[in-house]
Amino acid sequence: MSRLKNPARRTFLKSSAAVGGGLIIGVALPGGLRDALAATDSKMNAWIRIGSDNQVTIFCARSEMGQGVVMAMPTLVAEELEVDLYKVKVEFAPPGEAYINAMLGGQLTGGSTSVRDGWDKLRIAGAQARIMLTEAAAAKWGVSAADCTAQNGSVVYKGKKASYGSLAEAASKLTPPKEVKLKDPAKWRYIGKPLKRLDTAGKISGKTEFGIDVKLPGMLYASLAQCPVIGGKATAVDDAKAKGMPGVKHVVRITDGVAVVADSWWQAKQARDALNITWDEGPSKGLNSEMVFAGLAGAMSKPGATIRKQGDVEGAMKTAAKKVEATYEMPFLSHSPLEPMNFTADVRKDSAMLIGSIQFQELAMGMAAAITGLKPEQITIRTTYLGGGFGRRIDCDFFAQAVEISKTIGAPVKLVWTREDDMTHDFYRPASLTQMTAGLDASGKPTALSLKLSSPSVTARLIPPLVKDGVDPLMTEAILVPYDIANQSVATVIHDTGLRVGFLRSVSHALNVFANESFIDEMAVAAGKDPYEYRLGLLDKQPRFKKVLQLAAEKGGWGKPLPKGRARGIAVMEGYETYMAQVVEVSVVNGKIKLHRVVVATDLGMVINPNIVQQQIESNIVFGLTAALYGNITLKDGRVQQTNFHDYQLLRINETPKIEMHFVKSTEKPGGIGEPGMALLSPAMANAVYALTGKRLRKMPFSLA
Amino acid sequence: MASLDINGKALEVNADPNTPLLWVIRDTLGMTGTKFGCGAGLCGACTVHLDGKPIRSCSTPLSAAAGKKITTIEAIGASDVGKKVQAAWASLDVPQCGYCQSGQIMAATALLTEKPKPTDADIDSAMAGNICRCGTYPRIRAAIHKAAKGA
Repeated sequence: MSRLKNPARRTFLKSSAAVGGGLIIGVALPGGLRDALAATDSKMNAWIRIGSDNQVTIFCARSEMGQGVVMAMPTLVAEELEVDLYKVKVEFAPPGEAYINAMLGGQLTGGSTSVRDGWDKLRIAGAQARIMLTEAAAAKWGVSAADCTAQNGSVVYKGKKASYGSLAEAASKLTPPKEVKLKDPAKWRYIGKPLKRLDTAGKISGKTEFGIDVKLPGMLYASLAQCPVIGGKATAVDDAKAKGMPGVKHVVRITDGVAVVADSWWQAKQARDALNITWDEGPSKGLNSEMVFAGLAGAMSKPGATIRKQGDVEGAMKTAAKKVEATYEMPFLSHSPLEPMNFTADVRKDSAMLIGSIQFQELAMGMAAAITGLKPEQITIRTTYLGGGFGRRIDCDFFAQAVEISKTIGAPVKLVWTREDDMTHDFYRPASLTQMTAGLDASGKPTALSLKLSSPSVTARLIPPLVKDGVDPLMTEAILVPYDIANQSVATVIHDTGLRVGFLRSVSHALNVFANESFIDEMAVAAGKDPYEYRLGLLDKQPRFKKVLQLAAEKGGWGKPLPKGRARGIAVMEGYETYMAQVVEVSVVNGKIKLHRVVVATDLGMVINPNIVQQQIESNIVFGLTAALYGNITLKDGRVQQTNFHDYQLLRINETPKIEMHFVKSTEKPGGIGEPGMALLSPAMANAVYALTGKRLRKMPFSLA
Repeated sequence: MASLDINGKALEVNADPNTPLLWVIRDTLGMTGTKFGCGAGLCGACTVHLDGKPIRSCSTPLSAAAGKKITTIEAIGASDVGKKVQAAWASLDVPQCGYCQSGQIMAATALLTEKPKPTDADIDSAMAGNICRCGTYPRIRAAIHKAAKGA
């Protein structure tokens, strides 16, 4: 998801988005922190709590799923607060108005927005608290605050020194300053430094608590049978055998299926397998992949929504010396985070304690209130670390299921999906078709471009009010080429294929960048030009694109000789306000594409933490290579055919290429880095394979057969 | 009742002998560092050591573990090699989401115990069974080499 242009604040949830199970959300969130503060703790604002023992706690309002928010966000607060970042305790924030992501309009982690949304907000929060602590010290000593200095968790004045812990209570009673002056970047102590992550120690010792690790007193375990065709319902259940199995406590029917609750998860799972359920397979009964792509192709005949209309495309095509045409095809993808969906819920008559791995706390709160009938004030939601998310945990179906089971049985319960449940009941990255046509003049320069994308819309399912006049802003990311082409027409057709879809890392960038950056390569070939020079010649009005493209070409040795059997490909994009180019080197071994080397040039504006930025780029290359070589969810008889990692392969260490990263030094505001690299890898690879073999790969995952 | 030797402690466990060792470790014994990823021995998140060899605890029944020495992530730092591996992991900031890392560290420790100076090919073959969806592979490789050098 990229930035939503001018999100009417809270449109998102106040407009009663309909979500899984027909639940209606739109609750008011609690105003601030509701956790009972220890008597010795003082709350400086929604982000900072300081104990009389000097322990500083910073709240992280985004979900940590590997991308490093648990490091990046406290860094911004600590920089201005003047505390030792490595002595800070980080807690995940509960649902609350203060924690809404202004770029997305909800308390949600996604769209590589965490740092961009928090960039000013968190530094200001840190500075406000620092000023209040300084004022408290000044008042205590009867001196001017202007003469006092905050440093390393204390305020000092001449020979005097007072720790934040000793000042916090008095400071918390002061009015926060409205105007704060943020630090001069030259004085940054943490921002811009390749700092080590705060969460590594727990993650190498098995101590970090993920959702699946949560344990409550008296907790039972659940396994849920869902209809093999998503959207179907149980019509009859024979649970006689299951009920007699060891450890089984309950068999309950909930909206999404039939749950077995037992003393241990393994017992619950064994008994679930012994259920005999009759399903009404629902509206997607009989659906298969051929029908999906026939539907997407059929939808191309609709006019769709206009995204760009510029010049006279028809006229320019008529007079073109050469025409280039291509259709690109993308499959459904599964998120497959390594921690399968799970959630722990303890729903009581007058309260609920809900703990686990989620990306969308606000949606969860709305669903919990709707299911339990409790008020948000009675509901506590605690987010743990996430064992991967990639967008899957924006949807809260598994959360709602756990809440429903706990409510029904009146006991705390941990619901854990199997890998097979996870893969067959995902919200899949939309499949798509993109039809492109270009007209070139006699010199090979493009004069006209037309593009039409046909794809299901995640937004139409999850946040329908955001789709206006048929335009889904999250389906059109990077759909406009950066190249200077006089006549252009770009349109999209939303087509529901019958399989539910969700936001997956890089969202529609992946669809659109693959089509656009493959097609510009096809245009260069038709023009008889070098693909790098051809792009460069069309980017005069796009300096940031041009710079990363040049940097990638230079560092990647574009045009330089390669060993026999290898070739290079290039591609460039903008996403999440980050500009990136990649040069890749491929070969073909036994009919299989091998990616040897990826050179990545990035301009993401100012960098908070180069260490995490590099992690994210590495991560995106591996994620993108999985999609390029393997990712393919197919349907037969309404069922997703892939069930586990034997038939839905994820990239392994032996297939990982050499990754080299280069950065454009920039003082622009920070761009997002969690997602763009993934979208860009596939066209760069397809272009390299074309250069090597002459075969143009227009369909993912890639196959040379 | 099964008798287990886990992380140097003798424990009696009351569970069906067909229960996968993973669930005994996680749910019965409450040691949650070992993770559930696929339930089919395909991803390596559940890797523990059985008599020093890396095994997939999700597909190893309790009965097959009885009487053998089981080591989990919670105790891997007690061995010299395990300690070096963890130090290398920390020094290179390997984890992202971190969910697979217990399994990765168990697999890497087994590799380095058997081959103190592994080649890239050794790393490929020993570590290819452990999936990392976040893609920390470049750092895993670098960390194994670093640990081999003494971290």
